[in-house]
Amino acid sequence: MSTFVLLTVTGLGLGAMYFLVASGLSLIYGLMGVLNFAHGSFLTVGAYAAWFTESKLGGISPVALRFLLASLVGLAAGAVFAVLVELILIRPLYLRHIEQVLVTVGLALATTALVQGIWGNDSRILATPRWFAGTTEVAGAHIPNDRWVDIGAALLLLAALKAFLRYTRYGLVIRAGVENRAMVTALGIDVRRAFTIVFAIGGVAAALAGVLSSVYFTSITPGRGTSLLIYAFIVVVIGRLGSLGGSAVASVVVGLAQQYVNYYSTGLGDLSVVLLLALVLLARPATLAGRTA
Amino acid sequence: MTHRLVRAASLVGLLVLLALVPKLDFGLGVLLPGALSSPGTLQLLAVCLVFAAVALSYDLLFGFTGLLSFGHALYFAAGVYVSDVAVTKWHWSFWEACLATAGVGIALPAVVGWISLRTSGIAFAMVTLAFAQAGAILVQKNPRGWTGGDEGLGYDYERIPSAFVGVFNTRNLYWLALGYAVAVVLVVAWVVRSSPGHVWQAIRENERRAEVLGLATRRYKLLAFVVASFLATVGGVVYMLAVNGADPSVTTPDFTLMLLVMVVLGGSGTLWGPVLGGALYWYAEQRLLAVGGSHEIQSLPAVLRTPLSQPLFILGTLFVLAVFFAPGGLAGIGARGRSGAAGVRRLRSAMREAFRLGAREGA
Amino acid sequence: MALLLEVRDLHVRLGGSHVLQGVSFQVEEGGVTALLGRNGVGKTTTLRAILGLVPREGAVSLAGAPIEQEPTHRIVRRGIGYVPEDRDVFAGLTVRENLELAVRDGAPRYELVFGLFPELRERADQRAGTLSGGQQQMLAIARALLNPNRLLLIDEPTKGLAPALVTDVAAALERIAQTETALLVEQNLGVVRRVATSIVVLDQGRVVHTGSGADLDDDALVNRLLGAGHAT
Repeated sequence: MSTFVLLTVTGLGLGAMYFLVASGLSLIYGLMGVLNFAHGSFLTVGAYAAWFTESKLGGISPVALRFLLASLVGLAAGAVFAVLVELILIRPLYLRHIEQVLVTVGLALATTALVQGIWGNDSRILATPRWFAGTTEVAGAHIPNDRWVDIGAALLLLAALKAFLRYTRYGLVIRAGVENRAMVTALGIDVRRAFTIVFAIGGVAAALAGVLSSVYFTSITPGRGTSLLIYAFIVVVIGRLGSLGGSAVASVVVGLAQQYVNYYSTGLGDLSVVLLLALVLLARPATLAGRTA
Repeated sequence: MTHRLVRAASLVGLLVLLALVPKLDFGLGVLLPGALSSPGTLQLLAVCLVFAAVALSYDLLFGFTGLLSFGHALYFAAGVYVSDVAVTKWHWSFWEACLATAGVGIALPAVVGWISLRTSGIAFAMVTLAFAQAGAILVQKNPRGWTGGDEGLGYDYERIPSAFVGVFNTRNLYWLALGYAVAVVLVVAWVVRSSPGHVWQAIRENERRAEVLGLATRRYKLLAFVVASFLATVGGVVYMLAVNGADPSVTTPDFTLMLLVMVVLGGSGTLWGPVLGGALYWYAEQRLLAVGGSHEIQSLPAVLRTPLSQPLFILGTLFVLAVFFAPGGLAGIGARGRSGAAGVRRLRSAMREAFRLGAREGA
Repeated sequence: MALLLEVRDLHVRLGGSHVLQGVSFQVEEGGVTALLGRNGVGKTTTLRAILGLVPREGAVSLAGAPIEQEPTHRIVRRGIGYVPEDRDVFAGLTVRENLELAVRDGAPRYELVFGLFPELRERADQRAGTLSGGQQQMLAIARALLNPNRLLLIDEPTKGLAPALVTDVAAALERIAQTETALLVEQNLGVVRRVATSIVVLDQGRVVHTGSGADLDDDALVNRLLGAGHAT
């Protein structure tokens, strides 16, 4: 029983990370039709910016304050990087979806290589508040505390995004734009501003995933962005492209499936996720030609 | 008519020249690791030829059919690993291993393609990537010690035909790679002119219209997927021979991205663009690695040295620039020199794309 | 009367076909100009080209200012209300949200649109996707009327509606026509006759006739331009 509880919370923590990455991917795809392959780079930039900041803040104590400051810098770096990518690389290729994918592919390759070049392939460790490393007992299971942070961050993001989409003017523009972008412009609205906003949101969420994943996986590596991105892709497809709620549910399902299968079958969890994807696709009616989703 | 004759003659000439490379005893300075006939150079060129052809097989999907797959690495890796594992771990004869690999090279893409093609567009890209990732994980998990995990798996040289084993036989490997590349070019040239080839290009131009014309587009896309994957699988076997075994880098998503970069830099939707792009990319990456470690680069200030010693950074940046400024790739630059037709074609296809999206959004 | 909209030598090529082949016409301030023609001659494309929703060549000016280089949202902000062919209301948004989204600046004319379509006030919190076809059409018109406009572009407002609703929409159009300038695409000649002050007829991507609304009483002309069966 305690093992099951531990697996469940750990799976939810993993799902939370997937959701942080998938939510941005899904919003960007839903509004702009762009497959953002550079989303993993946002994660990498956020994580390394946080790590770099923390390594320069040695004088500040306690660790919790340092971690908080470093994380904020990481999130800001993720947002700024994402906005620059949208303005400089994506916008000039408006509606040319293949070229947009290609540009993000090139960017992903270049960013990973550059980070590797500057900080090497070795994993880097972000110093975290001591509470993170402790455990909390739930139903006999000792749950590492950072799992709660992961889950809390994902829930907070979900609630914040829902509120943003529901109650703000830009949220309204984004919801309408996901349905019919052309009609939004025909109402006199510059929908491109909403593009920049979803990229900024995606950048912040991915950077948050970067910071939290460095706690979850105990270190930062240049390749983490790409490997999490692949699972986020699976989540986004299972949750139906462009649907935020779908991504949230799929993140939980994928995270849990991976943990359970990994425990009960020595390391087949990652493969089981791909199998799950195949089954979902087979169960679902094939999409019509010309539709992207 | 004379134009075609000149073309054919120059192609034959090029082929003869390529075939004669192992007989040429001079080098080209820093451009090559040694004399043309040296094993080091021949191995580099053999792998260049393999990637030229594998890039072309990817272009069959991306450039000719308009399918953006992020999982082509899986089929190349299947060729590398199935043949190597069968020979080295299961102790099959080389030819049995080839037969088994060919079977996998058809069955695997048929199943994966059948499932993946239930989606289209960007979802298809994501799904093919997921399946390729499953392959990468499988290799990395090293089931029963078959794949060797991160270490890779050197082949059992006693079970490889002796003509392909040993430094002195590198020339035979080179000729094998050349034969494979020529075969792929011929197959692709023929198949894109065949009637399924015309359907593929119709699907690329406007899938909905092709469907309205009563074509079972999904079946044709599956055919393209299987043909392209099979060609890549065969290339995997040649690669396995050329590098004496298997290494897990060929299973990674970066490998597929590399193929995509090769095709786009060379010129997608053309026959010679990807061939050129594939060979030059591999050559450039290998030489950049060698040059990146050189004294001149190492003595630069860190701001310049760090990026310049990362071939993927240079190639990734080059790729982004190419998408913006040379969207037709190398082949496009060549064509523009002759006429403005390529530019007009690009403009027209951009407008078609805009209309397709407009139509979708209007619906 | 002052010239409001001028379209000169407008060309549109879509998916390899030359849909508009040099369309030129003018819309004067005040009144309703009906854009007529058989199915597929490019009426909807003309409206979309004026708004920059499809790639086009040629010159378009609104109140003397050239607008063909501007992006769609700027063109619309110059004072154009657009009622698209298939209504294109946002199905997942409520009626209220659909209207809120359309507010450009200044004072939205909620009294005007709720006066025209009282049903919309009652259904303000209902999702637009759950409205009937007629109600969706009212919402689409209301959305365009919410802002003060120089010009309304209205595309087939009675398409696919039951006869009783056609009468309602026609009545609304008549009331709108008293105060607004409109370019109207409409297949139902009965409706057109009630509101049109001038007409432009397209055929195969070209303008083949321009005249006053009274031309529609000439059965022979109507038959020649629009085909048999249209004349009453």
